[in-house]
Amino acid sequence: MNAILIEQLNKTYKLDSVETIGLADVSVQIAPNRLTVLSGPSGSGKTTLLNMAGCIDRADSGRIVIAGQDTARLSDNALSDFRARQIGHVFQTFNLLPVLSAYENVEYPLLMARVRADARSRRVMHLLDAVGLADKAQHHPGQLSGGERQRVAIARALAMAPPLVLADEPTASLDSHTGASIVELMRRIQRERRVSFVIASHDPQVIGAADEVVRMRDGRIVDSGPVSQREGA
Amino acid sequence: MHAFWLALRNLQRNRRRSMTTLLAMVVGVCALLLFGGFSRDITLGMQTDIVQHSGHLQIQRRGFFMYGSGNSAAYGIRDYGRLVAVLRGDPVLRTMALVVTPTLQLGGVAGNFNAGVSRTVMAEGSIAADQSRMQAWNDYGFPLTSRPFALEHTAEDAAVAGVGLARVLQLCEPLHIQDCRPGEVMSDHPVAAASADAPADVMALAALEVPAGRADSTARIDVLAANTHGAPNVGSFTVVKAEEQGVKEFDDVYLALHLPRAQRLVYGGDEPRVTALEVQLRHTNQLPAARQRIEQILATQFADQSLAVLDFATLNPFYGQTNSMFSVIFGFMFVMVSVIVLFVVSNTMSMAIIERTVEIGTLRAMGMRRGGIEALFTLEGLLLGFAGAAAGVVIALLLAIVINHSGLSWTPPARTDPVALTVRVWGAWEQIGMTFFSLALVASLSAWWPARHAARLSIVDALRHV
Repeated sequence: MNAILIEQLNKTYKLDSVETIGLADVSVQIAPNRLTVLSGPSGSGKTTLLNMAGCIDRADSGRIVIAGQDTARLSDNALSDFRARQIGHVFQTFNLLPVLSAYENVEYPLLMARVRADARSRRVMHLLDAVGLADKAQHHPGQLSGGERQRVAIARALAMAPPLVLADEPTASLDSHTGASIVELMRRIQRERRVSFVIASHDPQVIGAADEVVRMRDGRIVDSGPVSQREGA
Repeated sequence: MHAFWLALRNLQRNRRRSMTTLLAMVVGVCALLLFGGFSRDITLGMQTDIVQHSGHLQIQRRGFFMYGSGNSAAYGIRDYGRLVAVLRGDPVLRTMALVVTPTLQLGGVAGNFNAGVSRTVMAEGSIAADQSRMQAWNDYGFPLTSRPFALEHTAEDAAVAGVGLARVLQLCEPLHIQDCRPGEVMSDHPVAAASADAPADVMALAALEVPAGRADSTARIDVLAANTHGAPNVGSFTVVKAEEQGVKEFDDVYLALHLPRAQRLVYGGDEPRVTALEVQLRHTNQLPAARQRIEQILATQFADQSLAVLDFATLNPFYGQTNSMFSVIFGFMFVMVSVIVLFVVSNTMSMAIIERTVEIGTLRAMGMRRGGIEALFTLEGLLLGFAGAAAGVVIALLLAIVINHSGLSWTPPARTDPVALTVRVWGAWEQIGMTFFSLALVASLSAWWPARHAARLSIVDALRHV
């Protein structure tokens, strides 16, 4: 089963009276347990496609199936619950809740899911350890560097153990060294936990770490396939 | 629980704004509770005044209250001595009633014929010792000095007049009344001369009442009243004191007499009656039970007379009107404060939502439902509301203590002497609870509308918000 199956997806934005094509007849299959990168220049539609795949935006037409579920059929509440269980999100600007510590940020999805306190505590500490921040669990986002914040965000995305993690330009707000370490972390976690990672990025470091790359331009997919195949081609 | 936890943290995020919102609520709650405490103080003060002078309940002949003031002789209660004895001896009433005392209200004309002046009066005959005991009633603990009834320990023909009446009757000098120049106006006035030429029969009746050896320097007056047969009767009295009555219209006609002399004036040699039995209770909240018991007694033992039991609020419509006025003012203030709280909290929450739009998008992306976002911000408003209302209650209680110990005084309407300025916030739990929960509710409702808007934001737009 595909991690994500997208068929004939269309999305048009309207800015004032001007219509802009976000996605045009996009169909793609994202393989499970792989690190897939959506790449392309700005405005190519990679973030739009990621938002659709992340169930945080609705398409004008087409079909998105995640973990066997046609997401278009879900109500808003059901879609929220689906996101909570099935999808982890990592954002370019980390989007941590500033009033909460690193520990609490990672704990928050578990609190929403009413996970028991002892299981919650074990899970949070395990994830913070996995991203190398066990010693900074009580630090607030303002006390952490950009790289550390992104690590917390990755741990938070993994809190509910979703089969799919989506990351939008996760290295764009970081310097190249820190970005490289984040890419390495995601790669490692993806392999260790056998999670499907889909990353929208035009960062060569990210593309270089991918199993598969989907290239986009003007809202369309121009090519896709395993990195080695493409490089070979 | 996590929403509460997060809401609490979020409120601490912009402390200055949260404090400003809290301050607005504190000011509103304090204003409401202090005004409520002040109006409660006035209400209880009025009640104390009324109960001291005429008791909690009065038993009257049915119709006397509405129609009897001009013809009190027609509304006399027969066999009142037995009724007093039954009420005083009743085992149920005995635990509640402090004083049961008869009074006789009558209208007439009082004249100082030596000065050639007279005027209509509203006289009340009562038992002075009972009235003194009634004046000691102070169930609400006002800082009042209990004054004995001025007629107590005086001769049977003694009377107490309102200062206004004493002035009109030119009794200023013997009664040592200030701001009064007796005779200056009236002595040269043609009407005064006419008054001096009172009807011969009245003068003759008055002469019969004058005791031997009467001194001219005493404040003697003659009171003319109609007896039960409609004939005029005159009594001669010595005014021993003039007392300010607060309301000028009443002050100008007030005359207090000993009950036996008042009865002699109205009933002459017939069986003496009274127009009311005043019943003063230990506590006002005993009124319904006492009333029920008295009505039972009247129905079973005094069914031959058509008697009614009236409470002090019915007998004093001004009391109810004043309470209503304060309720309306309180209601108006409550609406104003609620509107202010609504706008302040709504503004605070709207600002918070604008600042935290990206967070809203993030929480939604993480799987929080719209209802969760709505609950989160509404909870913040509710917390603000509860914190502001709680702080307001505490500060209002402290301010009330300060005001009550400040030594400030004022003279309320219809009173003659100043009383301590006090506000009764402590103990007004119903008002505190109502203010607390209502404003907390207004605060959460104020937050709910912007919260609803926040919950309906597009996730993608929220995440893109700068």
